[in-house]
Amino acid sequence: METAYLIETVIKIVTILLVFSALAGIGTYFERKVLAFMQRRLGPMNVGPYGIAQVAADGIKLFTKEDIVPTNVVGPIFKIAPVITAATAFMAAAAIPFLPSFEIGGYVVNPIVSDINVGILYVLAVMAVGFYGPLLGGMASANKYALLSAARGAAVFISYEVITGLSLLAPLMMVGSFSLIDLNNFQIEGYWMVVYQPVAMVLFLIAGFAETGRTPFHLVANDHEIIDGFGTEYSGMRWGLFFIGEYANMFFYAFLISILFFGGFGDGSVLGAFALLGKVSFFFFFFLWTRAAWPDVRPDQLMWLCWKVLMPLAVINIVITGFVMMF
Amino acid sequence: MEHIPVDHPYFGVFLLFVITFGAFYMTTVAARWASHKLAAKTSEKIKLSVYECGPEITKQPSRISTQFYLFALLFLLFDVEVVFMFPWAIDFKLLGWFGFVEMLTFILLLTVGFLYAWKKGALEWHSIK
Repeated sequence: METAYLIETVIKIVTILLVFSALAGIGTYFERKVLAFMQRRLGPMNVGPYGIAQVAADGIKLFTKEDIVPTNVVGPIFKIAPVITAATAFMAAAAIPFLPSFEIGGYVVNPIVSDINVGILYVLAVMAVGFYGPLLGGMASANKYALLSAARGAAVFISYEVITGLSLLAPLMMVGSFSLIDLNNFQIEGYWMVVYQPVAMVLFLIAGFAETGRTPFHLVANDHEIIDGFGTEYSGMRWGLFFIGEYANMFFYAFLISILFFGGFGDGSVLGAFALLGKVSFFFFFFLWTRAAWPDVRPDQLMWLCWKVLMPLAVINIVITGFVMMF
Repeated sequence: MEHIPVDHPYFGVFLLFVITFGAFYMTTVAARWASHKLAAKTSEKIKLSVYECGPEITKQPSRISTQFYLFALLFLLFDVEVVFMFPWAIDFKLLGWFGFVEMLTFILLLTVGFLYAWKKGALEWHSIK
């Protein structure tokens, strides 16, 4: 193991941790602002200019809240559950190339933590593990709302896991590689993947809302039905870690969609890097936009959509892609 | 962007695993310490009870409706299907017609199972009917 490789990897990991933790915080600010503007309000305005320091104020508040572990909860599991959510969200970032490669004094750096050959499969697997956080947290909370939320969330999550996998199969058949770098390079010549696979893109996007637990499928913490779901008993920084995990997941999912279906960073020029960041910002905004525009669905509607509409569609898409590629 | 071959590509994943879990666990420890020093504390008995109507603290049984287990079974069936299909999709061009016909047969068999589950009402949400 070379020392240079070790140092490079550590620097990349620390950068990702710091940047995306900060982005998760700023993401909450943007969410409030976007939702406010869509409802003709101003959103946070008091802390700093245009309320920009609201993020810091929230952080201080989360840190200094009294640490409460209610009676009857299963202590160790209750305490480790938020850590699982946050950490697995960041672990999914290992196989995502965040920017095109660049050179520092003749030393070429690929901004990807580990260039493994099963990239996209790894990302999906780790994102799936991330659901253990809400599930364990909800079941350990000794609270009916938390338990309901955990069960609901698990049902939603595992159902849409199937959709994510099936929708990705058709693009993977065309590219022939799991690596996100290869998936990006496939789109340099020819068109973006969304031109060849529009159905797969729509399915992947819909599944993304379920995987990140965003609003049309926000059943795990549906305020008017089950209080705050799995987070009911949590307070302070433990609750904050759930939040960091959720927002980091949104950013990583936006990266996935941009790289898989919308050309990624193209051939790797500076323009390509900015284009990727623009696409990611758009998809993050899209998540917020949907929250402002759509109501939540009921659990039975969600299951109907998943098993009776999206799954047959995904399988048909795979079969049609196969026939088109064969002839 | 080109691949840069390294001897142990999964080393980065392992390092990320160690550092993220360490960092976030230390965050909770630091928050616990800070709240111990700074937070206002009261010692009401009812404060530590779980969120529920009524003041009695009781141990609640963690029971989940069987409906959810049915979905877990369906998930097991279809996610294993997806896992089988991933290697096939990667080598799709290599396997050609042979692999395609095999996979069509596999999908057909699973479709029969899927239709059976549909007919039996496994995909409905029974509790609201």
